[in-house]
Amino acid sequence: MADGAVPRFWREIPQRYNLIGNQCGSCSKIYFPPRESCPYCRRKSMGKMKVLKLKGQGEVLTYSIIYNAPEHFERQTPYPIAIIKLDEGPKVTAQIVDCKLDDVKIGMRVQSTFRKIHEDGYIGAIYYGYKFKPIEVK
Amino acid sequence: MKDVGIVSYGAHIPRLRIKSSDIANAWGKNPETITSSLGVIEKSVPSPDQDVATISVEAARAALARCNIDPQDIGAVYVGSESHPYAVKPTGTIVGEAISATPILKVADYEFACKAGTAAIQTCMALVKSEMVDYGIAIGADTSQAAPGDALEYAASAGGAAFIIGREKIIANINETCSFTTDTPDFWRREGRKYPAHGGRFTGAPAYFRHVISNAQNLMGSANSKPEDYNYAVFHQPNGKFPLRVAKMLGFTPDQVKQGLLCPIIGNTYSGSTMLGLASVLDIAEPGNRIFVASYGSGAGSDAFDITVTEFIKEFPHEKAPLVSELIEKKQYVDYSTYAKYRDLLYED
Repeated sequence: MADGAVPRFWREIPQRYNLIGNQCGSCSKIYFPPRESCPYCRRKSMGKMKVLKLKGQGEVLTYSIIYNAPEHFERQTPYPIAIIKLDEGPKVTAQIVDCKLDDVKIGMRVQSTFRKIHEDGYIGAIYYGYKFKPIEVK
Repeated sequence: MKDVGIVSYGAHIPRLRIKSSDIANAWGKNPETITSSLGVIEKSVPSPDQDVATISVEAARAALARCNIDPQDIGAVYVGSESHPYAVKPTGTIVGEAISATPILKVADYEFACKAGTAAIQTCMALVKSEMVDYGIAIGADTSQAAPGDALEYAASAGGAAFIIGREKIIANINETCSFTTDTPDFWRREGRKYPAHGGRFTGAPAYFRHVISNAQNLMGSANSKPEDYNYAVFHQPNGKFPLRVAKMLGFTPDQVKQGLLCPIIGNTYSGSTMLGLASVLDIAEPGNRIFVASYGSGAGSDAFDITVTEFIKEFPHEKAPLVSELIEKKQYVDYSTYAKYRDLLYED
């Protein structure tokens, strides 16, 4: 990650660690990542955006298996990355972990887990955040 | 004196495993000799995106899922490990943030080889007893290091457990605790070095056995108890053999040790070792059960605990987080080359 990324990451810790989004106080739409104002209600939502912690459960809408990874992720290939529709509505892009490649399926129920996203070489900061794993049916 | 004890607990073990026989084959050793002499069949392996912070967070979240404690009522987080992701920047800050316990929070990282987690329990006990905090979380977790080809490589594994210590609705009362510490250089890792070094056979009699036995006897002396008074006994498990041998020397039976003995199937989780053993016992313990616990940390020291399970274990929602046995069952094997890549054993300029 380039210089200047540490403060940016630090500002986003609540959403990266705990999926903290927000909800429009006017139309009740839920946003993740949180928005300053609701794009539908605009002025009516100003000052009415309420902090909301998402439960971290949802389903896989679509996914892809990454063989040619970007920097910092090379050691993990091949790995699945998915668009997940959270139960509260927002969609997030995240890695799927603790799951064999063949077992990743569209519609699969997943839950968030706390993982290392990447580290800035051997000297820089370590960035943590959410990934998703299958919900085990007991 | 106020009661103090375990209010909730949670565990985490990475899903990946490597068989001892695969490690032995990679180094041209006889797999059967290695497996039988160490008593370790396979061990857990952290994936590249798992470290002590992620294991600690998962264990702490599991503990919180099993109780109704507002994270803001947690006054202290102490994380014991010898593989903290940062040399300088506490793992506890990451855990505190990830469980929403910040910012009015006491935090420090501990290191005492394999007993830093039990040292964290003692600190939380003192803070809770003195009413400096309502609840404290003590975590022991490791992604332990072993040089390629070293004997440690067969056992050094990853995992951890978190215990919420408090005064109310205690599922297990901690009746007594004591420690035994000396300057014994049996195992160490120098500042800035990637892998630890050890004194080979010196890690046995003057180190593990002397400290665990002395401390265990001291605890039973002050608790006025005998080995047969306990339903379960949990010892630090650097391999599959030491805990059984020390148990026998002290007068405990293999049956008392069995439930808390995880090293043969997950390896030595270092600071997580005794903690996971205790978590495994609490997964099945019943009211009135008495548990003997003795950790060991090289360097060297031992922390021992005399614990009695209370009636609150009956309504304790174990099912809200994975049992230790479930974490052990969920596994996926990797071969030695994948292990080497994931554990950063390959040379990279």
